[in-house]
Amino acid sequence: MGKGSRSAVALSPAALKATPLSSQHHAKFQEGLSVKDPKEKLHWKGFSSSSKNRALFKTSYDDIMEEPPYFYLITTYLSYIILSFFGHVRDFYGFRWNKKAFAHLMPSNGYAALTSDWDSFWTRNLKMRIEDCFSVPTTLVPGRTINMLERVTKDYCRSFQFTGKLKEAVNLSSYNYLGFAQSTGPCADAVEEVVHTYGLSACGTRMEAGSLDLHTKTEELVAEFMGKESALLVSMGYATNSTTIAGLASKGSLIISDELNHNSLVFGSRLSGAYIRVFKHNDVEDLEAVLRDAISQGQPRTHRPWKNILLIVEGLYSMEGSIVKLPEIIELKKKYKFYLYVDEAHSVGAIGPRGRGVCDYYGIDPKEVDILMGTFTKSFGAAGGYICSSKAIIDHLRLVNHSSVYAESMSPIVLQQIYTSMWSIMGRDGTGAGQERLSRLAWNARYLGSNLRKMGFIIYGDRDSPVIPLLLFNPAKIPAFSRECRKRDLAVVVVGFPATSIVASRARFCVSASHTKEDLDFVLRVVSEVGDILGLKMSSRKALEMGMDV
Amino acid sequence: MDNPVLSAINTTFATVASAVQTVPGSAIAIDYIKNSYQNDPFRVVLELGLAIYAVKYMLSKKYRIDQNHVQLTEKEIDELVAEWQPEPLVQPLSDIQRMELDKTQVIVGAQGPKPKVLSSGKTLLNLASANYLGYITNEDIKQKAIETLHNYGVGSCGPPGFYGTLDVHIELEKDIARFLGVESTIIYAQGFSTIASVVSAFSKRGDIIVADDGCSFAVLKGTQISRSTIKWFKHNDMADLERVLESIRVETQAHKKRPLTRRFIVTEGLFQNYGDIAPLDKIMELKHKYKYRVILDESNSFGLLGKTGRGLTEVFNIPAKEIDMIVGSMANTLSAAGGFCAGPKEVVDHQRLSGQAFVFSASIPAMLTVCASEAIKILSTPQGESLLKTLHENASVFRNVILTAVPQWIELSSDAGSPILHLRFPSSLVASQQMSRDDEKLLLQEIVDEAAIKDGLLITRAKYVESQELHLPRPSIRISICASHNKKEVEKAAQAIKAAFGKALSRRK
Repeated sequence: MGKGSRSAVALSPAALKATPLSSQHHAKFQEGLSVKDPKEKLHWKGFSSSSKNRALFKTSYDDIMEEPPYFYLITTYLSYIILSFFGHVRDFYGFRWNKKAFAHLMPSNGYAALTSDWDSFWTRNLKMRIEDCFSVPTTLVPGRTINMLERVTKDYCRSFQFTGKLKEAVNLSSYNYLGFAQSTGPCADAVEEVVHTYGLSACGTRMEAGSLDLHTKTEELVAEFMGKESALLVSMGYATNSTTIAGLASKGSLIISDELNHNSLVFGSRLSGAYIRVFKHNDVEDLEAVLRDAISQGQPRTHRPWKNILLIVEGLYSMEGSIVKLPEIIELKKKYKFYLYVDEAHSVGAIGPRGRGVCDYYGIDPKEVDILMGTFTKSFGAAGGYICSSKAIIDHLRLVNHSSVYAESMSPIVLQQIYTSMWSIMGRDGTGAGQERLSRLAWNARYLGSNLRKMGFIIYGDRDSPVIPLLLFNPAKIPAFSRECRKRDLAVVVVGFPATSIVASRARFCVSASHTKEDLDFVLRVVSEVGDILGLKMSSRKALEMGMDV
Repeated sequence: MDNPVLSAINTTFATVASAVQTVPGSAIAIDYIKNSYQNDPFRVVLELGLAIYAVKYMLSKKYRIDQNHVQLTEKEIDELVAEWQPEPLVQPLSDIQRMELDKTQVIVGAQGPKPKVLSSGKTLLNLASANYLGYITNEDIKQKAIETLHNYGVGSCGPPGFYGTLDVHIELEKDIARFLGVESTIIYAQGFSTIASVVSAFSKRGDIIVADDGCSFAVLKGTQISRSTIKWFKHNDMADLERVLESIRVETQAHKKRPLTRRFIVTEGLFQNYGDIAPLDKIMELKHKYKYRVILDESNSFGLLGKTGRGLTEVFNIPAKEIDMIVGSMANTLSAAGGFCAGPKEVVDHQRLSGQAFVFSASIPAMLTVCASEAIKILSTPQGESLLKTLHENASVFRNVILTAVPQWIELSSDAGSPILHLRFPSSLVASQQMSRDDEKLLLQEIVDEAAIKDGLLITRAKYVESQELHLPRPSIRISICASHNKKEVEKAAQAIKAAFGKALSRRK
């Protein structure tokens, strides 16, 4: 596929309309329209994400990561060397002549340093310089636009003062994929009702009188949505992973984990006491090599066979935008008999023609995956997470999942938000609004991603990913990109080491169904402008892409 | 000199030599090399050998650290793969596990002092929920939450490190800090996950944690994930704590050259598993003596203990500022959700990058944040004080009734004034009757069931993930007192439970 598939990527609404594959679904979507402004719906209506057509759209994986020109690599390393050098100089003088500010880093009065100097070197000397780009305080709904509280610093980001003004910007920073972060509409109405009928808390753990009928009802809907027998809800997304895995694997088990798996999965795996091995990100060949080695060698030292093997992968990697190669993994699963745990924190609701995550995206029966985990923080505009599996496994987990036994159960308001939004995605509300959101998101993701590629930016990830990482490389471009975008009323997330590899600093765009085409065109204009200032259009594929699409 | 090869070599050499000379400082380096090789053939051989070794090393294959690796052919591996049969992911539930699951009550409609349960459809008096101050039915809080909904929606859709920090989060952090009288606070999205992140943010491999073995599961997981050296002292036994601290001191004195490591005492304010409180005054004394930092888990005691609900520090009249890290929960007394860590600015700021459950999780929904802020506001008013007074009176009423029970029937581990009461069979009785853990659980469950059917009480056994607990407490019924009940109801409930204990035991005999 590779290059051929690229031509299937439609880059403009006009191109989409022209493709024959959209016509048969055209009428169907017209029916479900509930957008008030007729101009607004023009840009996406031609797009269909039905599973038949999906194969045509599917990207090959071969060209997801692109290396930058050497010039950028070398200057990136040089920048870090210079930054570290100045950091060490500052520390050298600080430890000697500014003891007060460095007190917690030095042993004093018989107490060891609170945090080790090495731990915080990066924070103090590198992150502190660009602190204004992180932990941005906001207010109101994180929807199509976001309202930031304007703040100023007089001491180089050590402290901030609020000016009392708000700055509204187009929001590419929130995980609001389907646009359910709303303060009005069916979800908000249902939640308001629930505040009256249920209150705000269930006051207890699931196992000790903190279970409401609303929990059961929502769990049933979630299980149905995911195509599994049973579901278990956890009040925090992170804890869904960190408190579950210990109930599935223990000493004598092997956990095989993608190297880029989220911290919560690492945390949970470490608590389980199982042996952990990692494989290269989304690299099925490496995974097979690890599996062959692990099964044939057995447990370390004793060589006894493993009790069982649990493979943990994510559906959509939120820093890379890459979608797991599920079909290949399912093939391997048949041969190597491991159990499969897929974390769909970002993919549920966000990909697949019916919004049901990676299984839906590939047209794979969810029964092929043993455990489907996901969160409600993102697409559903709620909080918490779920584990879906067979009834036997879920029953077992209810008894051993730390959250279900010891942590507060999910709040009724969160349950209702999940219920109503999921109801809508499933089309049960009879308005077609859910399907409309899915189509919008799919179209938006593709529109933004492919146009950025066309402009010559280095973009990671799958073409269907609503998370679009734009590579910045040089550390100085991290704050520059963020500030320049903010200046132009665009809110973006920027990340650098240690969240990414040292060279691969990036900006990350999260597309939402709530964005209009005008929004995305605005975004493209702004990013292009900032990209020109910062010299970010460094992709060697630029000419190729242009050639393909003209 | 008409050999083209030789002349080519010559010209290349000349170009290289001139190129090297253009590099600043190259003359010195060349001189150094020339001088060092004069009359020293041994050195030339040695350095040449080193250079060859370096090249060889770089070209050589990576060797395995795992000496135990067995070389197998592809065919053998295929056979082993085909042969290997994994165990099922989970074992079928045992009868007692099935019972645990089936007997868990589900509440129909709103949680509250008198909720309706699914199993019988009856309305029961709730002595099982963490609704101590009755905030769950507070209309002011609900109103505030709805206002917030219309401004913020439900989810925050992002981690606090990016754009998930809302102004209401900042407000709540300030509210808690002000309430406790500490410098700074950080809020997490789940109460249970907070302490594990706090402990592992500071205590690393090689550091020492001294913890109470009566601490809850959350604390246990925190110590486990930190990979520090962990020493346990007997529950609330200060002599044992001192013994442990002393033994560590002696040990570290023997290795004086080692750098100073971080050391922590970890304990709970009001113990989730026992309902008693930690002797904070003595702990502070030992802390100062042996130079330990104190991590105090006030998940249950925050908002519950002390005249104004400021927790264990208020009970002992010790400024909260003196505790290095106070961890608390907004899910218990405040009837909201989430947890927090309060302490000096450096402690809090460090967690904003190193508190794993803070960094890698979406922030807590605005509605629940505001709900917690409102609950704290009420606590600071006279209304809050009177609620606490009622709560403690109710707890005393209950406790006094239980204490009049035949001492051979019920063992109460909770301290006076604690609204969390653990009722157990006395250990002497368990021993004399040769009751197994499952026997105890079944018998307690009988009491729970009977209380629900006959006396209209919602009570629950304390549940544990038994396979993963380290210091598993003996089975118990955990009673949570609520300020919304009147004294008569509480007294009647206590009488009923007392009688149920007696009946269950006599049936067994």
